[in-house]
Amino acid sequence: MRITQGCFSFLPDLTDDQIRAQVQYCIDHGWAVNIEFTDDPHPRNTYWEMWGLPMFDIQDAAAVMMELADCRKVYGGLYIRISGFDSSPGWESVKLSFIVNRPQEEPGFHLARQETSGRNLRYTTHPYATDLPEGQRYAVSSANSSKNSR
Amino acid sequence: MNAILQTLETKPATLKGKDRYKSGVLEYKKMGYWEPDYQPKDTDIIVLFRVTPQDGVDPIEASAAVAGESSTATWTVVWTDRLTACEKYRAKCYRVDPVANAPGSYFAYIAYDLDLFEPGSIANLTASIIGNVFGFKPLKALRLEDMRLPVAYVKTFDGPATGIVVERERLDKFGRPLLGATVKPKLGLSGRNYGRVVYEALKGGLDFTKDDENINSQPFMHWRDRFLYCMEAVNRAQAATGEVKGTYLNVTAATMEDMYERAEFAKELGTIIVMIDLVIGYTAIQSMAKWARRNNMILHLHRAGHGTYTRQKNHGVSFRVIAKWMRLAGVDHIHAGTVVGKLEGDPNMIRGYYDVCREGFVPQKLENGIFFDQDWASLRKLMPVASGGIHAGQMHQLLDHLGDDVVLQFGGGTIGHPMGIAAGATANRVALEAMILARNEGRDFLAEGPDILQEAAKHCLPLKQALEIWKDVTFDYASTDTPDFVPTADFTA
Repeated sequence: MRITQGCFSFLPDLTDDQIRAQVQYCIDHGWAVNIEFTDDPHPRNTYWEMWGLPMFDIQDAAAVMMELADCRKVYGGLYIRISGFDSSPGWESVKLSFIVNRPQEEPGFHLARQETSGRNLRYTTHPYATDLPEGQRYAVSSANSSKNSR
Repeated sequence: MNAILQTLETKPATLKGKDRYKSGVLEYKKMGYWEPDYQPKDTDIIVLFRVTPQDGVDPIEASAAVAGESSTATWTVVWTDRLTACEKYRAKCYRVDPVANAPGSYFAYIAYDLDLFEPGSIANLTASIIGNVFGFKPLKALRLEDMRLPVAYVKTFDGPATGIVVERERLDKFGRPLLGATVKPKLGLSGRNYGRVVYEALKGGLDFTKDDENINSQPFMHWRDRFLYCMEAVNRAQAATGEVKGTYLNVTAATMEDMYERAEFAKELGTIIVMIDLVIGYTAIQSMAKWARRNNMILHLHRAGHGTYTRQKNHGVSFRVIAKWMRLAGVDHIHAGTVVGKLEGDPNMIRGYYDVCREGFVPQKLENGIFFDQDWASLRKLMPVASGGIHAGQMHQLLDHLGDDVVLQFGGGTIGHPMGIAAGATANRVALEAMILARNEGRDFLAEGPDILQEAAKHCLPLKQALEIWKDVTFDYASTDTPDFVPTADFTA
């Protein structure tokens, strides 16, 4: 399966040029750009690991693309997303978020149903990947990272 | 232009002392409801009415009567006024302008002291402002056009239970409009079949599905059955996509007790959003908003019934005022027009409604029907919903008119897809993402919209089919509710 979190998951994987254009859009709006990665794709896994601090004062998307390339060297087999953060009053949250890297295999989710009273069910969404310990969940694939970092 | 606008006699007419309180009948404008020299206070509620007096009735007197009948006046002088600070409690009409291009109609500006209203109560506010006065005989018609709500009054309301920002954070969806669909046919499906539509639409790429306004608990589908099957569908779709999904479970019912029961059950099943209809009434809406806040629930409002009083511009209440009341009352979503779809909506007026819902400060903008600056004082933002007769081929126009913070609801435009519901959903999602990508890249997405969609359709067969089947569908009719203004018309200044 293909998880469809983020703004552009229904499009073919973005090329680096396309990613750069989106990052520049964030910078031009004054948003801080953040790179995060994870090996737990649960839809409510809010806190992906941060690849350094959000980049607040950059002018050029090239700086982000360098960081992304470095992040891919280490975590190219995992999910990586880029987000733009707007600190304006009344918003103070994320304005754009999209996946820029994903594992070659995405095993998907198990939906566990617990039967309770009446016909009620309690649902639990469980990522198959997290059956394995951290660090062993996805094959670290340099092929994947080189494919994306044209 | 000036030739068609008559000049009004605008001198103060208020009687003072003994003459004012002599028993008998007195013109409203002499009773203190017409005060052309009055300077509205920052804490006053200011209301703009469109007044159409009966033939032969002086427009100033008619406007003063509106001020009187919506505040302290009755038809005759009463001495008991003198037991109160009556001058403070009288609403004061302070300005009357002829309406451009509408002979016989007048814009009356009326200021109300804050102490006339109970804090935090839409019911109390509306009982005055749109109470008896709308049936007042000397008027042919009356319309509430706009209101300036002072910060002091705004702060007495809780506002949207969730708000746009927190809704996005809970959904983990940023940077694009949200996508939804109303389950069709709106009546007749069993719970089991209904859930099928929900599952297919969400799995295919929509963020939300929605009950329609009149789906409650009918012989063909009990509400519990609907909720159970819908939540099975939501959870299955969530697991199939790795995305947070929701379906607006309509908890509208005959009594508050029934609504609370349905809402509690929805919560127990783990839904992130419930829905109510405007017809349940202002008090019930405020109650449900409190419930939603207490239970971390997004609250969707369908504006069922509003067309009966918002659409005709000579009588009723403008939708922009309803939107203001609903932002105060505390709903998170409100249907506010599509511009390009099948339902009433002038583009400028809809821009005004969307600003009312989404901005922190809305400046006066007559061409959008906004007559007053409105400071929302950090009250949470209300997500507008565009629903009714829209499809993927209009994505560039929708994005241009409505912006990012909106739920685009494609009901027929999802479920009517020839390859099925999931394909219809995918077509909409791909069209949207492609348009956002292109816009952010700096392309002129409005002009190049059709090309952008065709490019995206190369890797998405469902989009290709959607563009083909609905390519000629437009709803191009004249709007009935359009702004009437002449930027320079000001006869009392």
